Amino acid sequence: MITATHYLILSLMMFSLGLIGVMVRRNFITVLMSLELIFNAVNLNLIAFSFRLGDLSGQILAIFVITVAAAEAAIGLGLIIALTRIKDTVILDDANEMRS
Amino acid sequence: MDFLVSHFAEILFYILAALAVLGSIGVITLKNPVHAALSLLGTFFIVAVLFVLQHAEFLAAVQVMVYAGGIMVLFLFVIMLVSVKGLKTQAAFLSPLIPVAVIGAILVGALIASAVLLGVFATGNAGPEALQMVDGEILGNTEAVGMVLYTKYLVPFEVVSVVLLVAMIGAIVFGRKDRFIGEHEGEVGS
Repeated sequence: MITATHYLILSLMMFSLGLIGVMVRRNFITVLMSLELIFNAVNLNLIAFSFRLGDLSGQILAIFVITVAAAEAAIGLGLIIALTRIKDTVILDDANEMRS
Repeated sequence: MDFLVSHFAEILFYILAALAVLGSIGVITLKNPVHAALSLLGTFFIVAVLFVLQHAEFLAAVQVMVYAGGIMVLFLFVIMLVSVKGLKTQAAFLSPLIPVAVIGAILVGALIASAVLLGVFATGNAGPEALQMVDGEILGNTEAVGMVLYTKYLVPFEVVSVVLLVAMIGAIVFGRKDRFIGEHEGEVGS
């Protein structure tokens, strides 16, 4: 019997891996991909609760999360393009000054 | 064989979970951004299958179309667009790993505790019918989601469209080539 706890633990593992990626990696593109991993873990959590409680609100919230994830990806990748244009790098440590 | 049939759901879940975790590990450890992106793509598909197992069929379709079809293509475009020649010489990971690992271990412990606690409270298995019900009759998950989305959650739905508009304008502004030509006539800041 697969219970909600199984899904919560899987979601927790994906979330933690995404968090580690955000904290540890220095490549801007990989950091954004780890953020997508975190969004996916949250969606998994919402869907698991939606199924267990028989409530559709979790699925609606997951749709909104996907929307925000798409917006975040567009903005983040635009930032990467701007950064490579100004500094010719995608390493986050090299983006260390405020003047452009 | 009997064991396989009677425990099919469990075996399927554990295989999918292992693949999802492996894909996640690939995203954060692979050096080449293209390899990491493909690993992330695999993880998205696995998560879509897990959505189907949880009777969220519409969400699974949205996951495949938006994530695998839209966001991943965007990522791969940008990876191809920017030059990555400076990446090989530098270390891919942050140097002080130990404090990060300690913070991560504390967070993971708290999350495991909360996950087990919440899972205990959410044992009421309502069954898939509640997720397919429209006005007391069972039609399907897509119909039910549409009904709730366009009645109860209409205002958030409209607000989210503003979020998308702002993101679109922001991406265009960041991507413009001549946005550094400003007060200083013709001077391109860099």
